[in-house]
Amino acid sequence: MSEVISSADFQSKVLEAPGKVLVDFFATWCGPCRMLAPVLDEVAAENAAVKVYKVDIDQSPDVAARYGVTSVPTLVVFVDGQVVNQTVGAQPKQNILALLNA
Amino acid sequence: MDLNTSGDALAREPETVDLAVIGAGPAGMTAALYGARSGLTTLLFERLSPGGQCATTEHLENYPGYSDSTSGFDLAMKMHAQASAFGVRTVTEEVTSVDLSVTPNLIATPFGSYRARTVIVATGATPAQLGLPHEDELRGRGVSYCATCDGNFFRGRDVAVIGGGDTAVADVIYLARICRKVYLVHRRDKLRATAIYHERLRQLDNVELCWDSVAEELVVEDGRVAGVRLRNVKTDEGRVLDVAAVFIAVGMRPNTAFLAGDLELDQSGYVIADEMGRTAMPNVFAAGDVRVKELRQVVTAVADGANAATAAADYLDWRK
Ligand SMILES: Cc1cc2nc3c(=O)[nH]c(=O)nc-3n(C[C@H](O)[C@H](O)[C@H](O)COP(=O)(O)OP(=O)(O)OC[C@H]3O[C@@H](n4cnc5c(N)ncnc54)[C@H](O)[C@@H]3O)c2cc1C
Repeated sequence: MSEVISSADFQSKVLEAPGKVLVDFFATWCGPCRMLAPVLDEVAAENAAVKVYKVDIDQSPDVAARYGVTSVPTLVVFVDGQVVNQTVGAQPKQNILALLNA
Repeated sequence: MDLNTSGDALAREPETVDLAVIGAGPAGMTAALYGARSGLTTLLFERLSPGGQCATTEHLENYPGYSDSTSGFDLAMKMHAQASAFGVRTVTEEVTSVDLSVTPNLIATPFGSYRARTVIVATGATPAQLGLPHEDELRGRGVSYCATCDGNFFRGRDVAVIGGGDTAVADVIYLARICRKVYLVHRRDKLRATAIYHERLRQLDNVELCWDSVAEELVVEDGRVAGVRLRNVKTDEGRVLDVAAVFIAVGMRPNTAFLAGDLELDQSGYVIADEMGRTAMPNVFAAGDVRVKELRQVVTAVADGANAATAAADYLDWRK
C-alpha cells in the first residue's frame, strides 16, 4: 500500500522532491477512496519513476486546506514540487496514467 | 517520460476463457464465483477495487444474515476472497469496448484484449449528473455526489441537496448534523423516499424543504460554488440559495455506454434481460443493477449473478 505521509513529511517528500509525485488526499471513512486505493497501488508498482503518497485529510487538515481539497479522493500531481494537474473522484488506471502524462 | 501504459496483454494473442464477467460488484463477484465453481475458466474485470456500490456502503442493514456490525466494504471483500478461492482471476482494467459479433467475443481494455465464450455484464450503476452548466468543472469545488464523503468540508456552512429519493433524504439527515442549514430541493411536492425517512426529516429544525423546485444554475465565485439558482415549476418564480455546496442525489445511471449498441437497452440505458439474465444474444447475460428490474439491492444483485452464471454454464453445456 502507498505510504501515508504526515504534514511534517509533506515538505521533504513532495515539495522538495525532484520529479513526479502523485498525492492522494483521502479519508479512512470514504468509500470511493477505498475503491481507488488498489488502482493507485498498481500505478505505483508499475511506474517506479513516480512516487505515490497518501495524505489523510483528518490527520493533516492543514495540507488538505492548502490545496483547497473539498472532496475526497482528490489527486494532485506535483513535478519538482509544483502542482501540474489535479482531479477528484475514483477513476480507472488509464485516467490516472493520463493525469500523470499530461 | 512515457509511463507504462502497455501491460503484458497487448503483446500476446488474446487468451480465450469460458466466462468473462464485467464488473466486480456483488452481482459480478457472485457470477464469477458460481462460474468458477462450476468449472468455467473465469475472468472478472473491474476498473476500480472490487466491491462496487456495496463497498461504499457504511452500514448494510438489510442483507439477510448480516447484522449492521458488518460494513458493505467488509462483505464485499469477503465475496471477492471467496470468488478468488475458487480460481476467479481478477483483471483490474476497465472494459472500454466489446465486440459481441465475433466468436468468441472480444473484450477490450486500454491495456489489452481478451476473448470469452460467454459474457456477463454486471457493470452496475453510478450516480447521475444533473446536467447543469459547469457541473463537471465544479466537482470537488462545491459540487458533490457523496454527502458522507464531502459533507465534513462544509461543517457549519449552508448547503443544498437536490433530489427526493432515499439517497437524497439520507444525505439531508446526515448533513443536518454537521452543517448550519440544509435545503432539500425537490421538483415535486412530495418525496419518493421511504416512510421511515419522513419522520426523521420532520424532527430536524435546520432543514428547509424547497418543493416544486428545480436547480437551474450554479452560482460561482472564485471558481467555487457560492449558491444555486432555483426555479419553482408551478409559479415560475426564481430564488437563489446562498450555499457553499450542492449535493446531487438524483438517482443512478447504468454503466452501459461501453456496450455501444451491441445489446438492447431500455430508454434509461438498462440492459434488457430476463430473470436468468438472458439477453437477445444467446451467450451474453446481464446481472445486478445494470439489468432492467424493480428492486436494486445487494440481495437482488447476488441472486442475479448466480442466475446468470448458471445460464452461461448451461449455454456452454448445450453447445458441447
Ligand atoms: C450509498 C448507497 C447505499 C446503499 N445501501 C444499500 C443497502 O443498505 N442495502 C442494499 O441491499 N443495497 C444498497 N445499495 C445498493 C447496492 O449497493 C447495489 O444494488 C449493488 O451494489 C448492485 O450490485 P452490482 O454488482 O449490480 O453493481 P455495482 O455495485 O454498481 O458494481 C458494478 C461494478 O462494475 C464496475 N464497472 C462498471 N463499468 C465497468 C467497466 N466498463 N469495466 C470494468 N468494471 C466496470 C464498477 O466499478 C463496479 O465495481 C446502496 C447503494 C449506494 C450507492
